[in-house]
Amino acid sequence: MAYVTDRKRAAGLGSAKTGTEHLWHMQITSVLLLVLVPLFLIAVGPVVGESYEAVTAHFARPFPALATALGLIVALNHFRYGVQVLIEDYTDGATRKFLIIAMIGVSYGTMATGLYALARLAI
Amino acid sequence: MADVNRGNRPLSPHLQVYRMQMTAISSIFIRITGNALLVGTLLIVWWLLAAATSPEYFALADAVLTSWFGKLVMLGSIWALWYHSLGGLRHLYFDSGRGLDVPTAEKLGWGMFIGSAVLTVLTVAAL
Repeated sequence: MAYVTDRKRAAGLGSAKTGTEHLWHMQITSVLLLVLVPLFLIAVGPVVGESYEAVTAHFARPFPALATALGLIVALNHFRYGVQVLIEDYTDGATRKFLIIAMIGVSYGTMATGLYALARLAI
Repeated sequence: MADVNRGNRPLSPHLQVYRMQMTAISSIFIRITGNALLVGTLLIVWWLLAAATSPEYFALADAVLTSWFGKLVMLGSIWALWYHSLGGLRHLYFDSGRGLDVPTAEKLGWGMFIGSAVLTVLTVAAL
């Protein structure tokens, strides 16, 4: 006979005790992207399909370069946290760890490549 | 354990014979659009890198982006971007504890599908 209530036995077992900062980070990047997504479309949309000269001249200007860079940074941060939830929902164990690390690498890699390209176009 | 109940539970719905509700469909499309947007992002970043490298490399990236495949990805990405943004708005609204009753949640779901379609048409018309 254990003198412990059902409530006491269950307390603390259901939660990983972390994760609120994950939700908060998603909310921060979501709100920022509500502004950045239209700016990104305005900055990138009109020059897709244009000539080499038009595209390089376009991204040498401050607004297209900054809106595109900010869009990529915040969107890929948002993606990095979002894809983690996708992986956690459908995989477990070593596969889960490998996929999360790989996708964080893809997120940082894409971000760095985009920023490098924009920097070269701006200078 | 208290209140053990084995063998008398309702069966969980099987996905192949289960008609998903509006709320479930509008939810799974947020996940699909959000993760699929990586493809469009990779194409745009590759196109930027090509523009920063050389006119020859840019010609290749431009040919891929303006091919039927590239245009399909770009059109899909524009829709996904709007759908996911409206879905994000709905999530922020849900997170504030509002709109969680079924009639409101279903209306918001229809709003996401119709709203994203309208915004996609407007975006394509503007570009």
